[in-house]
Amino acid sequence: MNRLDPLLGLLAPVALVVAVGIGSTQVARSTQISFLNALVSVAIVVSIAVFVGNSGVLSFGQISFVAVGAFAAGVLTVPLQSKAFVLADLYPFLRDHSIGSLASLLVAAAVGGVFALLVGLPLMRLNGLAAGIATFAVLEITHNVLREWTKIGPGATTLSLVPETTGPLQATLGAVAVIVVAFAYGRSRLGRMLRATREDPAAAQAVGINVHRQRLWAFTLSGVLAGFAGGLYVHMLGSITTEQVYLELTFVTLAMLVVGGIGSIWGAVVGALAVSGLDSFLARAEGGVDLGFTLDVPTGTRLVAVGGLMALVLVLRPSGLTGGRELTFKRRRSV
Amino acid sequence: MTLLAAIDAQTLVDAVGLGAVYALMAVGIGLVFGVLRLVNFAYGQLVMAGAYTLAFTSSWPAVGSIAACFAVVLALSLALERAVFRPLRTQSPAVMLVTTFAVAFLLQSIALIVDIRDDTIGEASSTLASLNQAVSIGGVDVRRVTLAAIAVAAVTLALVALLLARTTLGLHMRAAAADFSTARLLGVRADRVIGSAVLLSGLLAATVAVIMTVQAPLVTPDFALKETIVVLVGVVVGGIDRLWTATLGGFAIGFATGVINGALPTDKTVFLPSAVFALVILVLLLRPAGLFAGGRTAVERL
Repeated sequence: MNRLDPLLGLLAPVALVVAVGIGSTQVARSTQISFLNALVSVAIVVSIAVFVGNSGVLSFGQISFVAVGAFAAGVLTVPLQSKAFVLADLYPFLRDHSIGSLASLLVAAAVGGVFALLVGLPLMRLNGLAAGIATFAVLEITHNVLREWTKIGPGATTLSLVPETTGPLQATLGAVAVIVVAFAYGRSRLGRMLRATREDPAAAQAVGINVHRQRLWAFTLSGVLAGFAGGLYVHMLGSITTEQVYLELTFVTLAMLVVGGIGSIWGAVVGALAVSGLDSFLARAEGGVDLGFTLDVPTGTRLVAVGGLMALVLVLRPSGLTGGRELTFKRRRSV
Repeated sequence: MTLLAAIDAQTLVDAVGLGAVYALMAVGIGLVFGVLRLVNFAYGQLVMAGAYTLAFTSSWPAVGSIAACFAVVLALSLALERAVFRPLRTQSPAVMLVTTFAVAFLLQSIALIVDIRDDTIGEASSTLASLNQAVSIGGVDVRRVTLAAIAVAAVTLALVALLLARTTLGLHMRAAAADFSTARLLGVRADRVIGSAVLLSGLLAATVAVIMTVQAPLVTPDFALKETIVVLVGVVVGGIDRLWTATLGGFAIGFATGVINGALPTDKTVFLPSAVFALVILVLLLRPAGLFAGGRTAVERL
């Protein structure tokens, strides 16, 4: 292993994200939203990878933390003068206070983290299939409660009038922040202990690692980052419904993670950018796009392509495009 | 105790009918899980494909339409086995689950493209529509299709049980489910066993497609999706490691859904999904092997 490899493991994803960020300032306003969307996707997917990648436990529930982060940040930043009218049902302490966008991101991260800690406390004892179904149950409960409880949010209606403060700079910085935290965790003692439990739970326990506690740390950190990413997301969109942070986002972000390669930050970033790039391109092609010739594809092609790509990568290359490894200088020996 | 008071014979019959359909789906999912260790999230999309076939062949005679439905679902099951399940046989359960997740999404998107050609989403099916009429039995109005569903489920489950218990193929399937590599060493042909399980599960999906299309004639791309999620939850809560506990789990969750939906007014059930899923988490924490699974001895899976 080259001495500079760890550095490259951090710098390569950051450089890719910064390049996309710079790219987003060079294009028309209508295209810019695709770039911003890609950057926020990077933040969400890396937050999922912190838990799923390091622990090897499948979770369908991480979008719950994105959802609570998004709604916490959104509800807290709707301007006070309109809040009394559009969100009249809220608890008074939510209705009568609004905060700035930056502060709301921190609140979103905190809410996501606390929620993940509470959920993880019992759930991190589960393995395999049971963990998959239980985390899915968390997603269903979160969606159901956010949709029906109008004292904490807009319920089934659209939450609008959220300040659109996630521009190119904020999206890039946000994604880079998530990557740096995820990288630092992966290199830390805690991250290494968790990966040991992924490779061999029995051996890890034999050397004194508490599997439950290590998973809980990662789950909570993942919740913090996901909540933060949810905050970025709502400030990018300006309006949001509970359906936007539910099954489809769960599927798309999992697809990104799997296509890129579950085991590494590099895989998460490559997957997020590749899939959201393809997705945005096909979404435009559905309306007809000029590539020297006019490419016009039927409505729904976008979803078929993303689903097909994910199935294809899983069947032909189950470890993802990057093989689930960080980028290194050396050519890899085949394992 | 308003809940208990609101449960009448009508509600109970409908609930048993729903439980019967869910039990059939549970067997379809459980059979494939037994031999392949694969949770087929795309099972609902097989049902959806069958339902679309019925809708598109509505003008045909009922027998032809149903034959087409079976043909399409079986062909799709075998194609999935060959193209997706077989290459993934050695992968971890998580990878297989995510793959079937992707397949489900893919099939649903294809259905959307096919469906949206006439600029509306949803196709109506009129095959066997006469079964939707109600008959009165002892003062209770029951839709004929509910009776048909219960009868078909009972006969099908009995046939599957007979096949597994009394035939050589059934013996091979049980052996493969108990210990796949040992069964292969002893001369059980892997591809044949897996092929039979997938085929059998496809037959059940086609049967479910016919029953569900009669009950709810408007076919959309997300047809049977919600039901599949509920059945999967029921199967895992019941105990996916054994076919009969999985089936019981499927039936139980269908029956419970039917009773609660029949007895409670809509405005009282807004938080019902949360309560149900919280219960699911509780069961998984207390009995990870399933509610109906016995002790920790070696289990026979089929």
